[in-house]
Amino acid sequence: MTTRIVELRRGILKKNDELAAGLRDRYTTAGVLVLNLVSSPGSGKTEFLGRTLKELKASGERVAALVGDLETDNDARRLASSGAPVRQINTHGICHLDAEMISKHLEGWELADLDYLFIENVGNLVCPSSYDLGEKIRVALLSVTEGEDKPLKYPTMFNSADAAVITKMDIAEPCGFNRAEALKNINEIRPGIRIFETSAKTGAGMDEWLAYLTEERKRRA
Amino acid sequence: MHELSIVASIVDSVTESLAPYPGARVIEVRLKVGALASVVQESLDFCYGIGTEGTALEGSRLVVEILPVVLHCEPCGRDVTLDGVQSFRCPVCGEPSMDMRQGRELDIDSIEIEDEAEVKA
Repeated sequence: MTTRIVELRRGILKKNDELAAGLRDRYTTAGVLVLNLVSSPGSGKTEFLGRTLKELKASGERVAALVGDLETDNDARRLASSGAPVRQINTHGICHLDAEMISKHLEGWELADLDYLFIENVGNLVCPSSYDLGEKIRVALLSVTEGEDKPLKYPTMFNSADAAVITKMDIAEPCGFNRAEALKNINEIRPGIRIFETSAKTGAGMDEWLAYLTEERKRRA
Repeated sequence: MHELSIVASIVDSVTESLAPYPGARVIEVRLKVGALASVVQESLDFCYGIGTEGTALEGSRLVVEILPVVLHCEPCGRDVTLDGVQSFRCPVCGEPSMDMRQGRELDIDSIEIEDEAEVKA
């Protein structure tokens, strides 16, 4: 009997990271800007994305979305009312989307025919942070009903985000939302991040968000 | 149950690396996990027992080394280690930094195995 140490030094999620790198190359070649929307359940991702899709479509942009949930295709049906192509990914218990699921659900879509692809992740502020989907921009959403310290409680997610969106600003006041505290906490975890204060219901803040998307697409796609 | 997916990936990676050592048994698996990797050790330990059943890793020990977040501080001109993950500022000068040099790792560092092979002189 011999015991020995074998050095591996490899990423546990190497397979996902490799698939994601392949997807990133495909997105770049196709010239499509890909965004991964992450948040806790009920933060208003679908409503926010629905409005984003509608407004982009209205200005002549070619958009599509993949939406992840454990079960049901309710969100895909809601988003499809925007007129954009939408596909539901049901993870059946898995708490995050991974690069393989994205790759599979992109089959048959011509990426070069798209300007923007949005991926709405499973509502979960923990697990999706470890899984690269090849996106250019990771957007963390926080609703005014959730508490201003969410970024401090889930630093991994907020730290890995490229942009932050505060949703449901139309009910900020009745919720007693402390705006300054929320902005401070986001900045503490992710210094210098772009923050958008929005309401998908009233449209507040949407212009600034859409302008950001246009700039980023020009710059990065 | 994100940790169960992680254990499944560990089992795949380790099993693959055992190819040159037929019949080897895994005694220990050593991980390096960044403080920002969002992996909970208790949950990982729990899932490890279940996820390794019936594999070459069954019964092995899982050793997790947690790596603190290290930022590069531009004004100080050096890397600084953070105590926690509640503020991404240099603990010396207070300047915020997003230039992270360590803290997101989720790596298998090494494994200890036992096999029948004779030690070659």
